[in-house]
Formats: sequence, structure tokens, C-alpha cells
Amino acid sequence: MNQIKDRQEEIIEEFSMLDGNMEMILNYIIELGEELSGFPDQERVDENIVKGCQSKVWLVASYANGRIQYKADSNAAITRGLVSLLVRVLNQSSPQDVIDAEVYFPKQIEMDRFIGTQRSNGFASMIKQMKMYAVVFLAKQKS
Amino acid sequence: MEVTAHEIDVQSLRKRFPILNQEVNGKPLIYFDNAASSQTVDTVVRSLIEFYEKDHANIHRGIHTLAERSTKKFEETRESVHLFINSPEADEIIFTKGTTESINLVAHSWGSINLKEGDEIILSQIEHHSNIVPWQLIAQKTGAKIKVIPINDRGELLIEAYEKLLSPQTKLVAFNYISNSLGTINPAKEIVALANEFDAVTLIDAAQASPHTKIDVQDLNCDFLAFSSHKMYGPTGVGILYGRRAMLEAIPPYQGGGEMIKDVSFDSTSYNDIPYKFEAGTPNIGEVIAFKSAIDFINELGHSVIESQENELLQYAMNKLSAIEGFIPIGTARSKAAVISFLVEGIHTYDLGQFLDAKGIAVRTGHHCTQPLMEHLGIDGTVRASFSVYNTKEEIDSFTNALRSIISKLR
Ligand SMILES: Cc1ncc(COP(=O)(O)O)c(C=O)c1O
Repeated sequence: MNQIKDRQEEIIEEFSMLDGNMEMILNYIIELGEELSGFPDQERVDENIVKGCQSKVWLVASYANGRIQYKADSNAAITRGLVSLLVRVLNQSSPQDVIDAEVYFPKQIEMDRFIGTQRSNGFASMIKQMKMYAVVFLAKQKS
Repeated sequence: MEVTAHEIDVQSLRKRFPILNQEVNGKPLIYFDNAASSQTVDTVVRSLIEFYEKDHANIHRGIHTLAERSTKKFEETRESVHLFINSPEADEIIFTKGTTESINLVAHSWGSINLKEGDEIILSQIEHHSNIVPWQLIAQKTGAKIKVIPINDRGELLIEAYEKLLSPQTKLVAFNYISNSLGTINPAKEIVALANEFDAVTLIDAAQASPHTKIDVQDLNCDFLAFSSHKMYGPTGVGILYGRRAMLEAIPPYQGGGEMIKDVSFDSTSYNDIPYKFEAGTPNIGEVIAFKSAIDFINELGHSVIESQENELLQYAMNKLSAIEGFIPIGTARSKAAVISFLVEGIHTYDLGQFLDAKGIAVRTGHHCTQPLMEHLGIDGTVRASFSVYNTKEEIDSFTNALRSIISKLR
């Protein structure tokens, strides 16, 4: 749990150094997206698209040793960067920690200021989808 | 005497739009979203303030001085609109809250008594949702069918295909004069004339045309025409519906309430004459009054000046943009308003829009409320830059430079 909080604090710290400069923020976000490692091509299918996003976002998750591994991608560079932030925050956590996680960094970095309300809704859908995976993994683990 | 385009002093014109003089994200604002809503001219803002500071009262109901004053000014705007579109009478001008409401009014009031199963409504492939959904709603209720005029690769309506769609079943043809997504200027007069051969009723969505082109409803010979003040340097919340007197008199009211009645009892109500029959409740009085200043502004500039100024910007921008590698224009009609819809190869439209905003440049991205068109084109949306008379070539230079730098970053 703390891990999720620590990672969010890290992000908030990083963004605070950008001084609210929109171009710098966007540049930083797309750089983060570029680091998002290889999303498997065969997973780039409609079933893995997160509903409610304006651009296409693909999300898959796997589960091993009590930890969830998320992989995500988008056809838009800014979205890819934003998605990478979520993956970074929630990756390698237990299902229960993901379910309990309060994702507060978007508000702290005033994300809707630079992505607009529409995309903020898409971002919320993404978080929901990640939590859904956690619920499924938890159920499987218990059964 | 009208001045020609190169004679208008854009810098002094811009002073009448104080909103343009600001920074967005630390950069001078470049406003290229005029097709969505144009900025408001200073005289309109002053008129709004004057109304709320001096004249505010409800109209048509009181005999006190303020009510008289408001009523008189409200009706002056009606007179102005009547002259602006050359309608036979001022009573044929109905105030609504926008193009959308104007079209809904016709679809509901005209459609509910004139459509039945087997009847056909013809729309075009390039309509705004405002000129699609109201017809779908009434078609579902009445059993009428919707037919669609197809387009060619340039985004122009195929008139021959349209002629084939027309038949004795055609009860109404509704189309936009200028497309908001592609800028295509449609041959409105010809489309109406062809519809008239089958006695079909015609409605023109002139939301994009009214700020750019001289509209003459008698010359167009249409039955209905709709447009919005907020795209013509005027305030939001004001729309116009022009309807031929005979049409308006023959159809039932859209909404019930105050103003639209002659006599009310619980047994029956007799309706007021047009236009009041269609203006239930208290309208946007101050905004309607201020809209007159917007019309005055357009009249003073003159449509030919506006058109040639915007055309010049369009040509200039197209030349600049075409030189950018991967620039794909969407919509290349031979007769086109100052709207440029485009894609850049390999880059998502939302990324372009967001980065342009970070550079202080306001464009629109997405489907522009024309999803059936986007689907036909096989795309999700476009980036759209739309120019107005107060935009400059310098702004277009900054825009193309910004685009180049964004593209080199995102590729
Ligand atoms: C062609 C066209 N029709 C209709 C509309 C709807 O106008 P309003 O939102 O003012 O009702 C618009 C506005 O975007 C438009 O461009």
C-alpha cells in the first residue's frame, strides 16, 4: 500500500518541478510514454480496449507470485504517457492493494487542467478497469 | 461604398474583440475555433451591459417604461434579422436558443402533422448532429424514413445522386448551407429548386453560412432556415428560425406557456399569432437585443469583405500547410469556407490539439458533431482550424510553425 502512495508522491514531486508550464508538462508526459515497454502486438485487439477513452487505450494484466503486472498502450502519445503513470503507480502490487488504492496524484498534479474533462473521464475508466483486473485476480486467488 | 479586403485594418478590427488580446499558457492566444463559436464584438458586450444596467424588464407584458423599452429593442432585432436575410416579413422570424432548437422546432411541429409511414426525409452525409437527430426522433415516431445524399472524395454533395433520391415520397429536404466539418459550400439554391419540383418542404441549416455569406431566403426560396447568433460575433443563447408565414401558421406550437397564447381556459387554448405562437416563456431578452449589434457589425463590414478576407486566409493557410510533410486535408471542396479539417500522418489528432493548446492555439479536434461523416470517411475525427475576419496571416504563420515543431517532436 505504501508503495502505491510513495510512487504517487514521486510523480507529484516530478510534476512540481515542471512549474506548471504546459509545454514542458506535455513533453514530459510523452517522454514517459516512450518508456512504456513493448505492448504485445497480439494483445492490441478490441477486447482489450478500455471503454470511455477518447483515444484508443489497450490494457492487459497478468498475475504471478501475488503481484499484478499491467501492460498498456495507446494510439495517442499523451494518453500513452498518462497511462504509463497509472501502470507505474499500480504495477507489482497485490490485488488487495490495487483495490484499496486511492489514486490521488491526478488531482494533485491538476491533470484535468492539461488533458481536459473528457480525457479525465477516460482516465477514470482506466483506473476502474485496472481495479477490475485486481478484483478478478483476487477472486481467482481465493478459489 | 464597401471597402475591399486589403483595405480593412485588421489590427483596429481586433481591438473590438478584447478577448483576443490575452495569453494562454504563456503564449499570445491564437483563436482558430471560429466555426464552433466566434468571439463577441465590443458593441454586443456593451449592449448586454446596457440592457442589464438600464433596460431590463420582461417584454410584451408590461406597460411600464422599462418593459416598453425592452420590448421595443427586442422587436428591433427581429426587424434587423428580417432585413438581414431578406424575409418577406418580420413576423416570419422566430427567436429560439440556437440552430439546434430551431431545427427541433420544425422537426417536431411540422413533422408531427405532416409525416407518416412511407414518407421520406432527405438529409446529407455531411450534416451536423443537430440536423440529423431531430429528424430521427420524428421519423421514429411517424414511421418516416431518412435518405442520405452521398458525397464525393472532395466532400461535395453528389447532386445527381440527390436527384435520384427525390420522389413523390420525399416530404422534406434538410441540409446545411456550409459544412462545419469540411467547409463545403453547398449549392443551396439548386438543392431547394430540385426539392420544390416534388413539392418537398426545405430546411436550410445556415449555422455556418450566416457569418460568412449573404443569405436571401427569398432568393433561396426555402421554407425554413436556421442559424445561431454565437457564430456571428453575437451572444450565446440566441437562435433564429425563419419560416414562411403559411408554413408557420399551418403547424402547431412547439412549446406551451406564456406569451404564445391568446386565450387560455382549462377546456381549450387559442394560440397567439406568429411569431409569438412559437416563443413560449421569457426569451433571452438581453441577448436577443444585443444580437442586433452583431448584425450591425456584419452589415457595416459587408459580407463581400468578410468573404474575401476569410478566403485569403484560407488560401494562405492551405499553401502553408500543404508544404508540411504528412499533412492530409479532409475536405477539398472547390467551393469552400475558411475551415480546414486535417490529419497529420502518424499523429493522433488529440495530441496535436493538446500541444497546440499548450502553444496558445485554439483549434478543435474530434468528430465535430458529424459522426456519420467521420464514419463514412473511415476516421475518428480531424483537427479543425477555422478562421474569422479578425484572424491574420501572422497567426497562420505561428500556427504552421507550431505544427511543424509538434510534428517533429511526436514523430
Ligand atoms: C452546421 C451546424 N449546424 C448546427 C449547429 C448547432 O448550432 P447550435 O449549437 O448553436 O444550436 C452547428 C454548430 O456547431 C453547426 O456548425
